[in-house]
Amino acid sequence: MNSPAPESRLSVQGVTVRFGGLTALDDVSFEVAQGHVVGVIGPNGSGKTTLFNVICGFVRPTSGSLTWQGKTLRPRPDRLVRAGIARTLQSVGLFERLTALENVMVGAARARKAGFASALFALPRSDRDEQRLRDEALDWLRRLDVADAANRLPGTLPYPVQKRVSLARALISRPRLLLLDEPAGGLGAEDMTHLAGLIRGLPEAGEWPCSVLLVEHHMDLVMSVCDQVVVLDFGRLVASGTPDDVRSDPVVAAAYLGTDVPAEAELRATP
Amino acid sequence: MALLRSTLVRHLVLLALGALALVLLTGSLSTFHNYELAGLGAYVCTAAGLTVLTGLNGQISLGHAALMAIGGYTVALLQIRFSDRAITGLWVLPLSLLAGAAVTGVAAAVVGVAAARLRGPYLAGVTLALGVALPALTSRFTSVFKGDQGLSVPFDPPPASLGANFAVERWQAWISLGAALIVLFFLANLNRSAIGRHFRAVRDDEVAAQLSGLSVPRVQILAFTVSGVAAGLGGGVFAVSLQTASPGSFDLTLSLALLSAVVIGGLGSLAGAVWGSIIVVYLGIVLRGFVDDLGLSAASAQKLHDNLPNAAFGLLLVLVMLILPGGIQGLLRRLAGVAPVDRLRRGRPEPFAAAIAQHSSSPPPSGGQQ
Ligand SMILES: Nc1ncnc2c1ncn2[C@@H]1O[C@H](COP(=O)(O)OP(=O)(O)O)[C@@H](O)[C@H]1O
Ligand SMILES: [Mg+2]
Repeated sequence: MNSPAPESRLSVQGVTVRFGGLTALDDVSFEVAQGHVVGVIGPNGSGKTTLFNVICGFVRPTSGSLTWQGKTLRPRPDRLVRAGIARTLQSVGLFERLTALENVMVGAARARKAGFASALFALPRSDRDEQRLRDEALDWLRRLDVADAANRLPGTLPYPVQKRVSLARALISRPRLLLLDEPAGGLGAEDMTHLAGLIRGLPEAGEWPCSVLLVEHHMDLVMSVCDQVVVLDFGRLVASGTPDDVRSDPVVAAAYLGTDVPAEAELRATP
Repeated sequence: MALLRSTLVRHLVLLALGALALVLLTGSLSTFHNYELAGLGAYVCTAAGLTVLTGLNGQISLGHAALMAIGGYTVALLQIRFSDRAITGLWVLPLSLLAGAAVTGVAAAVVGVAAARLRGPYLAGVTLALGVALPALTSRFTSVFKGDQGLSVPFDPPPASLGANFAVERWQAWISLGAALIVLFFLANLNRSAIGRHFRAVRDDEVAAQLSGLSVPRVQILAFTVSGVAAGLGGGVFAVSLQTASPGSFDLTLSLALLSAVVIGGLGSLAGAVWGSIIVVYLGIVLRGFVDDLGLSAASAQKLHDNLPNAAFGLLLVLVMLILPGGIQGLLRRLAGVAPVDRLRRGRPEPFAAAIAQHSSSPPPSGGQQ
């Protein structure tokens, strides 16, 4: 390690997003330091999904900027994995007519070496590439304890298994930053514990420490896995700090914790 | 058996078996049936490309006959040039066919650029317009395309080495079915590779595909181009089998027959494209023969000639979508007891309709909640 890789730090600087007259994000700034797990919480409609969409390039901010690994980030959804950022979708978003294994293989699309010509002529190079991807994808399914599901279609799998497959699809790209959109939605206690362990383990994963930005409604999970929590309310960042700081912050209690915790369905994309 | 693990070896074995079957089949059939087989080959080429586009990549096209026309006219124009200059040789026709496929590929890429911005009904509308407008162009530039009458397609007789009695129809069947085998070979290779997987990923979920690092428009344009090359070759061999390229042979009826073929055969399946083409071609032949036997006046027979097969395809299409999701290939697989690992059906009405519904209801890839 003589030429250290740039530090994998994400800075969100003064990001504002307006949809017509509505301000979905209002001058939001925070950082995700390398190896940190940062939680984003806030009531329904407070701008969490919009924040993710800005980082992924689905939504252009009205003003403000992003910095990633020391450089300005102008995100485009299909260039994100190349930049070392992966995201899971709140709605799981598995390819429904691809097997679980194929789903995970698509996640490694960028790692493919064989090109169109090798595929067209079915050159051994293409076969080798496929075999390598298949092994790697199977390995990820195994790590997430769902290798049995490899040849099944997503629709035939229980929801928690689908969520793990989508995690495998994100992780196979070896991201340096993982954006998790409500990963615990619809999970039981046991799966939640597994997920918490997994998230906690990511920053320490020796070969490629991965930071995590987490939108989640399950407070237990947020409070147990996050190094830092930022709280959004009506698009404004109203508090940030360690889970303990945030928990005891009266502003937060007023904005969010004191009120009813929204049902998880509220965050889900409209069908 | 380790050899059979290689995709190339497996597909080459299938290609060789197909070629053997083609030689045996054409040898045992009458010249008239060989003439029909030549037409079938053109359908298979194009339907195979269409099933990749619509079945694997979720882009509908109601204008594939127009792409065939580009291939057919390119081949006709080139063959006329070659013939005028008395250039002969076994390489001449393959060269024209290759050029026809390439030109159509370029045209399809251009259509693909537009198609990548359109979804569902809008894409159907634009490809439909293309299917209507392009053949009509031939009557605007009559000096080049000779209007409704079309261009003749001269080509060398079968090589002498095949024997003096080798019928030209049999030669046309070889050319056409040979082209179909080559198209199937390459498309099967693609389907087996990451490229095929990416086609299907984009079809299933564009947002997730983007987040996996795939450029959705690029994948869609590639699918359109690949499909166009197959259609161009199909159009080329169609022109050779008819010995003419005319707007009437590449009309909307053909586009719809092709779409019927891929749905009846089983959307997204190359084997299905073959079954579907066989059904559409031979059902057409049987029904036209039936009309001829009715002893109607020339005018009404002429009307029924095209409309009866079209009505039959439409009916068959609806029946397949209702009672045979997955088409013929799906049925065959079920009969053969192939495990439901297959990716084309999950016991609900099949893509074609579903693809449209899904695309029109899913949000555009930018903005909105993801
Ligand atoms: N594409 C959009 N167009 C218009 N308004 C939007 C759009 N996306 C989100 N909004 C609005 O922005 C606000 C924040 O939404 P969102 O980021 O989804 O909140 P959260 O994810 O915290 O529930 C909401 O009022 C929502 O209606
Ligand atoms: Mg939301």
